[in-house]
Amino acid sequence: MTHARLRIGFIPLVDATALLVAADLGFAKEQGLDIELVREVSWSNVRDKLNIGLFDAAHLLAPVAVASSLGIGHVRVPLITPFNLGINGNAITVSQRLFAGLAATADGDIADPIVSARALGRLVAERKKQSAEPLTFGMTFPFSHHNYQLRYWMAAAGIDPDEDVRLVVLPPPYMVDSLTSGHVDGFCVGAPWNSVAVDSGVGRILHFGCEIQARVTEKVFAVRQRWADDNPDTLAALIRALAAAANFVEDHANLAAVSEAVARRLDVAPEVVTRALTGNLKVSPDGTVRSDSRYIMIGRNGAARPDPVQAAWIYAQIVRWGQAPLRDDLRATVQAVFRPDLYDAALGACPPLGGGEPPDGIGAFAGPAFEAADIAGHLESWRIKRPGAPRLSLVR
Amino acid sequence: MRKGSEPPGHGAPSPGGHRDSTLKIAIVDESPVRAAILEDGLREAGFTLVERIGETRNLLARVYALDPDVILIGLENPSRDVLEQMFQMSRAVKRPVAMFVDQSDSASIEAAVDAGVSAYIVDGLKKERITSILDLCISRFNSFARLQAELDKAKDALEDRKIIDRAKGVLMKARNCTEEEAYALLRKTAMNENKRIAEIAQSVLTAAEMFK
Repeated sequence: MTHARLRIGFIPLVDATALLVAADLGFAKEQGLDIELVREVSWSNVRDKLNIGLFDAAHLLAPVAVASSLGIGHVRVPLITPFNLGINGNAITVSQRLFAGLAATADGDIADPIVSARALGRLVAERKKQSAEPLTFGMTFPFSHHNYQLRYWMAAAGIDPDEDVRLVVLPPPYMVDSLTSGHVDGFCVGAPWNSVAVDSGVGRILHFGCEIQARVTEKVFAVRQRWADDNPDTLAALIRALAAAANFVEDHANLAAVSEAVARRLDVAPEVVTRALTGNLKVSPDGTVRSDSRYIMIGRNGAARPDPVQAAWIYAQIVRWGQAPLRDDLRATVQAVFRPDLYDAALGACPPLGGGEPPDGIGAFAGPAFEAADIAGHLESWRIKRPGAPRLSLVR
Repeated sequence: MRKGSEPPGHGAPSPGGHRDSTLKIAIVDESPVRAAILEDGLREAGFTLVERIGETRNLLARVYALDPDVILIGLENPSRDVLEQMFQMSRAVKRPVAMFVDQSDSASIEAAVDAGVSAYIVDGLKKERITSILDLCISRFNSFARLQAELDKAKDALEDRKIIDRAKGVLMKARNCTEEEAYALLRKTAMNENKRIAEIAQSVLTAAEMFK
């Protein structure tokens, strides 16, 4: 058994649950690990402290692990992930005013993302005709599914997210304020911030992230590749601790204990955490609740095992929105970030996925099924394409 | 081009020389005191184009309006993520990059993280110029932290004084003694029990409350 002291960074979000439970409810200790959790305020801080070695590991946006390994927008530090902390978990929330506008122009059930996207398209066109300011949406980071899901949803109705609307990065704790002040008309963020907006009466949850894509790797447990190479035993112990925690989280009998432990770290009421973990979210200030068991998945149905299809999906989004070019060598770098081999070595082979998972591994609400082996073909099938040259330089 | 006209930049110091006064520096800090300390330091060091951004609403628009060469922001500021969006812009603006990009200087990066400051610097700026700014930031951030610690200590001391004064009052009344005697009693008890005088004074106040 290993005995190691580890510093691990996290952002106070519900999708850090497996990590928080591993550290606070004894699963790390069982593996001989002494974890010091460090709460951070920005993804930039988490990334930088992980990169320069102040953190041994971190709760990280999956696309940031990819971007860091590619060296886009920032210094290149190869990161790997042997464990997914969460599948899904985001939602798109809009202001009451925008919701009313969408509802008025919708040609069907607005809970259907293609209907809401088309309604948004009509509003956008109307604003353009009147030379009104474009609608503004907040998201958490340039390399995030919050960014990509908003874009995917809009583009499905022919909206160009770079031309027709404004997308701005906002720290999650500022989202609700920005919606209240009218600085943004909507946002895509993780739990608990959508619920906070609904509870304070300023916003409505329009879509769960899982309605845009049924299965995306939202947050990963990330370490530097070099650290992984140097500390194989500690890493295996970490994977076992996280897996035990994830199983504990998915057992409904432990919901109260889990919600309480997570709420302590997040500084919110346990009930807010429970709502997110069970996928029963109040979507409107009038009390309407929407339920979806796929809202967030921690350890169910292979959620924790790194999936090469997810790596390809993230790279496809990065290329689609002009953050990096499509190249075989970059593609190989991206695939090397996701390490199911380390997961399997620590835990034994993963049982086959249960039913109900999307056949292409993603399950997007619009567009053709995703072919991980043919990213070029996938991008070709979309009408909105970025100009040839990427707008980001690779930092070497 | 007109004949005989001087080449642009003639008379100015050679590139890479002392042109720091032309560097535009933006400080993003919600603490006006720390921002002022930093700004003073930069001005003393000869950087005259220093702007403060205290309000982080619409931060990106403010930064673009200023068009700085260097942006300084505290690591405890969540708006760091907002600045990351600068790297995503297609329009022709100067593109500051994070200080962490140059990994050759890991000592100064760690010192900066320790002090709690991060910097974004326009690509192509000479390394020595960055280092001098960063070093200045680190020392000013550290002295602000020291100042803050001293202030906290002073506040604690003031609080202690109040507690001790009240305890003296309780003792003077209960034992019918002078102020000096009451204080001597507190001090002696503190020494015997190996505690701070303020702690003993607090127990006196707690006990007095219970006997009320």
